[in-house]
Order: sequence, then C-alpha cells, then structure tokens
Amino acid sequence: MGKRCWPGRPRLPSRTFPALFLALLLPAALLSACGERPPTTTPQPAGRTIVIKGSDTLVNLALAWAEAYMQLHPEVRISVSGGGSGTGIAALINGTVDIANASREIKEEERAAAQANGISPQEYVVAYDAIAIVVHPSNPVDGLTLQQISDIYTGRITNWRQVGGEDRPIVLLSRESNSGTYVYFLEHVVRLGKKDSDLLFSPDALLMPSSEGISTEVRQNPNAIGYDGLGYVTPDQKVLAVAREEGAPYVLPSPETVKDGTYPIARPLYMYTAGQPDEEIRAYLDWILNEGQALVTELGFVPLR
Amino acid sequence: MFRTSARNWGEFFIVALVRVMGFSTIGFVLLIFLFLLREGLPAFWETSLDNFFGTRWYPTLGFYGTLPLLLGSVVVTLNAIVIALPLGVGTAVFVREVAPGWAREILKPLIEVLAGIPSVVLGFFGMTVLAPLVREVLGMPTGLTAFTGALVLAYMSLPTIISVAEDALDAVPKSYRDAALAMGATRWQTIWRVVVPAARSGIVTAVMLGLGRAIGETMAVMMVTGNAARMPLSWDALFRPVRTMTATIAAEMGEVAQGSTHYHVLFAIGILLFVVTFFINLSVALTLFRRQRRGGLR
Repeated sequence: MGKRCWPGRPRLPSRTFPALFLALLLPAALLSACGERPPTTTPQPAGRTIVIKGSDTLVNLALAWAEAYMQLHPEVRISVSGGGSGTGIAALINGTVDIANASREIKEEERAAAQANGISPQEYVVAYDAIAIVVHPSNPVDGLTLQQISDIYTGRITNWRQVGGEDRPIVLLSRESNSGTYVYFLEHVVRLGKKDSDLLFSPDALLMPSSEGISTEVRQNPNAIGYDGLGYVTPDQKVLAVAREEGAPYVLPSPETVKDGTYPIARPLYMYTAGQPDEEIRAYLDWILNEGQALVTELGFVPLR
Repeated sequence: MFRTSARNWGEFFIVALVRVMGFSTIGFVLLIFLFLLREGLPAFWETSLDNFFGTRWYPTLGFYGTLPLLLGSVVVTLNAIVIALPLGVGTAVFVREVAPGWAREILKPLIEVLAGIPSVVLGFFGMTVLAPLVREVLGMPTGLTAFTGALVLAYMSLPTIISVAEDALDAVPKSYRDAALAMGATRWQTIWRVVVPAARSGIVTAVMLGLGRAIGETMAVMMVTGNAARMPLSWDALFRPVRTMTATIAAEMGEVAQGSTHYHVLFAIGILLFVVTFFINLSVALTLFRRQRRGGLR
C-alpha cells in the first residue's frame, strides 16, 4: 500500500494544533508563575525530628554531634544541612528549621524580621574557631601583623619583599563572598574591626569555591597567601603567626591561644533556636554544651572550656 | 468520506504526539526564557544601570558590576576558540584527507571518547597539572588564569569541532578532489584551496558549536580561572585570573537568599548569557543563510 491509499488521512484542521499546544503549555506556565517559592517543609512536631540548617563551617561539627546524640537517644531524629549562615538564619526566620547554625552573629535586620514573624531567636555559643593564615611551606615569612594582612588583602602590599620575604608577587586567595568566613575576615581583618571603614578585598583576590581550592593552590604556589578555618588546614601548608599590632607578640593559632584570647583572628560559632527551646531541643543543646564539647577538638575547632 | 477505523485514530494520535513533541521544544525554550525574565528583570530596577554595568563585583556589599564578568567570559571563550580552531580543523583535515584508513578507524572513536570526559575531571586536571605548569613556564604569579581556562575549554570544544568539521569535509563531493588533482594540483593545494573552502560553511558551524560549548561551560572554568572579578583590560589580562559569568552564577546561586537583589542579579547575568549565546547562534544562522542563498558551495 502506497501512501496515497491511506483510508483517509486525519483531516484535523491544522489550526487546532497551536490550540492544543497552548492548552498543554498553559498549566505549565501558570504553575511556574504561581510557584513563587519552592515548597518548604513545615516544622515537624517537636520531639520527633530536630531540623538544623546553616553555616558550612559548622556543618561537619553539627553532623558529628547529631550522629553521636542519636546513638545515645535513638528516639530523637536530627537532620543537619549546610548552605551558609545566611541561608540557615533565613530558614529560621521563615520558621522552617528548629536550629540555625551560624559562623557570624545574627544581624539586627534579621532579628527584626524574625520578631515580625513572631519568632525571637535565642543565641547559643557552641564552639570557637580560629581563622588561620596559610602560605606555601617554602615561604620564609613566619608572622604578620593584622595591619600587614589588611594591607595585603586590600592590595596595598603586593610583594612578599615588603613584609620580609623573597622578591615574589603576592597571590591573594579568599573564600567565596557568600561564606561566613569571608564576611568575618572582611570585617575583622581587612577592615580591622572598624565599623566606619569601607575597605574592600582587592579585585585581584582569587575567590576559591571551596576550602580544597585554597589548600591546593597554597600547596602548589610559593606566591600564595590564603585564610581558612583552622579545622580545614592540612599539614602541608605553613600556618603564619599573627600579631595584633606592631611590637605585639606573634601568636600561632591553637586551641590554647584561642581560649586565652592571644590569637587575634578567632570567632565564636553560634546556634540559634526559634524562640525558647522546648524540652527535646533544650536537652540536645545541654548535651552539646557539655558532653558534646569532646567532639569539638577532634574536628579541629576550639571547645568552650 | 471518513471511516473512523482504529487505524485512523492510531495515525491521528501518532501524528499529534510527534507534533506536540516538536512544538514542546519551542515551548520549553520560551518557558525557560520567561522564567529567566521573571527572576532576573527585577535586578534592573533594584540596582541602578550604573551599578549593574559597573566594574566592581562585590555582591554581598551592594556592588553588582557585571562588566568584569562579561569581559571575563569573552576573554576566556575567544582565546579558547583561537586555540581550538587551528587544532580542530587541522585534526579534521588529517583524519578525513590525509590519514590512512586504519589510522582513521583508531582516531575517530578516540575523538569521540574525548567528548565523554566529564568537565569536573578536566577541571581537576587543569587545577593540579596545568595550572602549576602555566605558572612555571610563563613565570606568572599564579597558574589560575584566563589562559589556563582557555586551554581547558579549547580541549573541551575540540571533539565537537573535529567531528562536525570532519562531517563537512566528508560532504565535499569526490569529483572536486578528482578535478583538482586532474588539473595538476598537489595534494596540499587540493586540500587547502578546494576541499576546505568547499566545506567552509560546515567548518563555521563547527566553530560556532564549539564556541557555544565553551561560553556555557562552568565547572572546569570555575576550577581553573581563579575567579577574581577584575577588569581584564591590561595587556597581560590573558595571563591573569578572571571571573566568568557562568562561574559566578554557579558559585553564588547556592547560598544566595531567595528574592534578594543578589538573587535577581544572578538571574540577570543568566539573561545576559542567554542573549550573548542567542546572538552568536543568530549570526551563524545569518551568515550560513546568506552564503547558501548566493549559491555558494556546501
């Protein structure tokens, strides 16, 4: 049978096809227009699952805590995810998590936004973290003052010779701009803690998407300088001692120097609860602040006591 | 006249299905573009145009200058093509015109394997092997540069360029070669003056497809270009770090607060990228169309 012998080619007027096509598309278009936000999980009834979200610096520690705690208390389920301090606090404001991890303090605007939603965040300091300044192992420089680090990262000092090293250009490595570590470093090191300062990272600074990116480049490149949480520093990088100012002692980061306050670039790590914690969450936080502190050192952070 | 037989309905449904599938491609592209516009356009009234097309990219501090990112993408992509074009076309000519049969049989599948290497693997290779090499050989402060990115991208777009260009060479009628050789042309003259010009439009398509692959590539570029949002305007910009549009979106989208200005700006960068690729494709289509209309060789 040739094509011509078809018992009647479907004579659907071709005009109906665009109509059909539109009819199929319309629901899709409407869906995409209405789907303002991805569906958020409603808070679980307390006592069944504790939902924790936030800082990527804190996420490994929070996971270790959750695993250890769930072994001790099989009736409690804890889910931990990262995403950054801002993401965690935003979720807390929206009421989708029980606890937000943060590597920075909650901002005034964020607190106000939470109050407007009827949530008053409660702050708990759960550990401390030192930010280490790292260089290539062959770099002869052993220590820098905060002012020198600030000048290096703003691009005022561009050669290692200017801080007592070899005649090499300085390559700046930084974390991505949405990391809590970046924000802390900008406020407390680049701007030296001055609120009215408008200094910025030099545009020549390489923004590495991960801690691994920083350690790879520091390991390979004798020109590089980088910063990262002490827990992420590997033995094949050289950690610099830091002095608060010219003439002050140069101090290496360690749990001891962070605890006694002599290492200048250390910050507290926070957990925020949505309002007064209920029974289950209070028990969990109590455990973190006491028995849980044993895990802190293992992961390279500094315990509270 | 109509006999509503089962077969008739079967035909109807199959034809309808095929048409809907065909049209849905257009529909999806439109929907994606609408979504991009919906999420990205607010950026233009939330920031001033001055800010948006400024030279400073500090998104957490309210500076949303996308110019360094746009130029970063341009520098990396153009250099990738400059590197890949001679290599790709040369390889295609070798495989199709020069190599003996057995070599062609080995080379062709190998080139296809090249296309299957995941970009993360190439990025990792670039970061750990290529970057130190670039730093030491060229004496640059760091190996994470636009040039390293261009090298990786060139490598990634090579398989596309080679296979499409090879198909174009394949489509040149044998009579052209015979005629050229009969006129006393050497093999080189035949290839360079007759076969390659005859396959020109196919080669242009190959390069443009490679260009499209290169400008949209994200992961490898993010790992090897250093991601410093500086204006690539100095003479040595090629050997300095740059930040591309794709890497910016990939690095920052994960942690941005939904609905914030930063979020809208990232989508606006997506619109920019979409527009740039659209114009690349459009210009290719136009040049090819014009050439065919003039009755040029295909």
